[in-house]
Amino acid sequence: MSHSDGSGYSQNGEAFPEDSRLTRDTAIRGPARPAPYIGAGILLAAAILFPLLPQLYAFDAPRLGGMPFFYWYQLAWVPVSAILTGSSYWLVTKEDRRRRAEARAGGPPQAGSASARTGLEGDRP
Amino acid sequence: MNGREINWTALVIVVLLFVVVAVMGFLAAKWRRGTDVEGLHSLDEWGLGGRGFGTWITWFLLGGDLYTAYTFVAVPAAMWATGAVSGFFAVPYTIVLYPIIFIIMSRLWSVSHRHGYVTSADFVGGRYGSRWLSLAVAVTGIVATMPYIALQLVGIKAVLTVLGLGSSGNVLLTDLPLILAFVVLAAYTYTSGLRAPAMIAVVKDLLIYLAVIVAVIYLPIKFGGWDTIFGSAQSKLATVNQATGKPAGVFIPGAANYSAYWSLALGSAMALFMYPHSVTAVLASKARNTIRRNAAILPLYSLMLGFLALLGFVAIQAGTKPIDLDGSVNPQLVVPQLFLDQFPAWFAGIALAAIAIGALVPAAIMSIAAANMFTRNIYRDFIRPDVDARTEAKVSKIVSLVVKVGALVFVIAMDQSAAINMQLLGGIWILQTFPAVVAGLYTRWFDRWALLVGWAVGIIFGTVSAYNVVNPVTKAHFGGSVAPIPGTDISVYIAVSAFALNLVVAAVLTLVLRALKVRTGEDMTRPTDYAADETDPKVVQIEKIQHYTQPGGPSPVA
Repeated sequence: MSHSDGSGYSQNGEAFPEDSRLTRDTAIRGPARPAPYIGAGILLAAAILFPLLPQLYAFDAPRLGGMPFFYWYQLAWVPVSAILTGSSYWLVTKEDRRRRAEARAGGPPQAGSASARTGLEGDRP
Repeated sequence: MNGREINWTALVIVVLLFVVVAVMGFLAAKWRRGTDVEGLHSLDEWGLGGRGFGTWITWFLLGGDLYTAYTFVAVPAAMWATGAVSGFFAVPYTIVLYPIIFIIMSRLWSVSHRHGYVTSADFVGGRYGSRWLSLAVAVTGIVATMPYIALQLVGIKAVLTVLGLGSSGNVLLTDLPLILAFVVLAAYTYTSGLRAPAMIAVVKDLLIYLAVIVAVIYLPIKFGGWDTIFGSAQSKLATVNQATGKPAGVFIPGAANYSAYWSLALGSAMALFMYPHSVTAVLASKARNTIRRNAAILPLYSLMLGFLALLGFVAIQAGTKPIDLDGSVNPQLVVPQLFLDQFPAWFAGIALAAIAIGALVPAAIMSIAAANMFTRNIYRDFIRPDVDARTEAKVSKIVSLVVKVGALVFVIAMDQSAAINMQLLGGIWILQTFPAVVAGLYTRWFDRWALLVGWAVGIIFGTVSAYNVVNPVTKAHFGGSVAPIPGTDISVYIAVSAFALNLVVAAVLTLVLRALKVRTGEDMTRPTDYAADETDPKVVQIEKIQHYTQPGGPSPVA
């Protein structure tokens, strides 16, 4: 929680290039590569669209363990949607980390850099 | 008067768990506290738990916040009474919810981190430089939250009724346990703020998972498998209702119901994170990515909700009789009654306690969120612009009490259906803040006055449409949340049609106001704010370091 009182900032102040004056407009991320965002967008759009099309699943057959298709299809979408969202998280976060590293250090990600310290690696779903 | 026997074993367990939770609620004040002398004397500390909750606490907190006691009671009740369209839509609703919040909520977190926003109305005010638009968002949020809190009490009431407490004869005696529970809740929310529901949510969610997992494995075995259960549900829902001449419910939606089904799911998903209590839980997390990680793990709750919904069908097969104190059939008693009938009293006690505690967590968060909105967007913006952090916390604490008392009076003094109608309207109203909040996260294209007019048009249209839905049996207004789009026979969730109208009005009016060169408000945010993570400095820190002031001053709201 060191960041919440501002002390966290001064510790990684040197992560910003020294010649740039820190303002509200100082870039905090480098330019984006479109591919990860397009990929994540497709995954998320699928997770929103398919559960919202009753045309695809409002049937009784085939039943699964006595459960009509209408019910088990939607229940099955819960884990599928979680996997799609998790994959989007992985795509977007990887790119996000690269962009931040680029803006802060002007180079590749370093061990112990700010974003790695927050535990993104360990908590990746 | 219907004499319900008090089930002492179950009651003792419910009371015991309630006491444990109450003690936790008071102890939570000391939980995760920094060593600073500030204590809980700021909205960040009292109202957002120090803005430091990690992935797992946020998971429990959001799970406890979104999947409320009323959900646990009302969704299976709807399945039991009318079937898939009004009940099972909750499953696609909570599936599409998470991709949507994955997209929008990390941006809201970032800009709120930079500027110290505590509510979504704070953000709207800062983004559009309009305290009136901010007021509209805040008032909508508060008004929509009040009946939601009241419905949590309805959830507790359902539990108390099946336990045999209360009688239809003495009103005060009937409601005494409810009042007692709420006084305790109000007290620990006052002292501990958001930390109390965060801590209690862990207990509540574990109990709920335990109850649902056991029920979903044990009950189908007991009643001859899902085949038999779905069979009796199908025949019950196909029974023709004499009053309407139509089937009692929907087992699998036909083509005529498709638009209602998907629009209910989509509209509810879009609306849920406009509610102040959802935003509060998001802003209480410590990192930009916490909410995104949660979008991938929160669906576990949706799975639980899906099976819980199916317990409504199990109750049909089990022949559960949800008879209220006055002898009438009350579908909302279905799930508590099912647990009491089918399980040993001690386990029923655990399940019923889970539902009752499940009411306390969202009720606490909702009252905190509504109080924060009042403090920031009404008290600070319109009454005391120079208010300090300490006073803000003080005002918020008191308002949280007022909000809870209001909800209590609502439930005790008024008919239960009034709370349900208001909640229905609340869902329609809250979605009308979506354009201002979500469009604002991506673009300043919309004009603030155009958004305000769009909001008003959406609310008026939604309210009138909902009023015109007449219950075919009771002939009462506010008979449902689905109505045909005017001029067509396609039935959709009223919130969605009102939202579409709102968006069109806001867009057209923006073009008109732009042509008339109406002054736009000052935007206090910068493009970089929307990507800031927890390691980036806040605006106040940048200004302190650089002695850097913007024209227009440092106030977050113009």
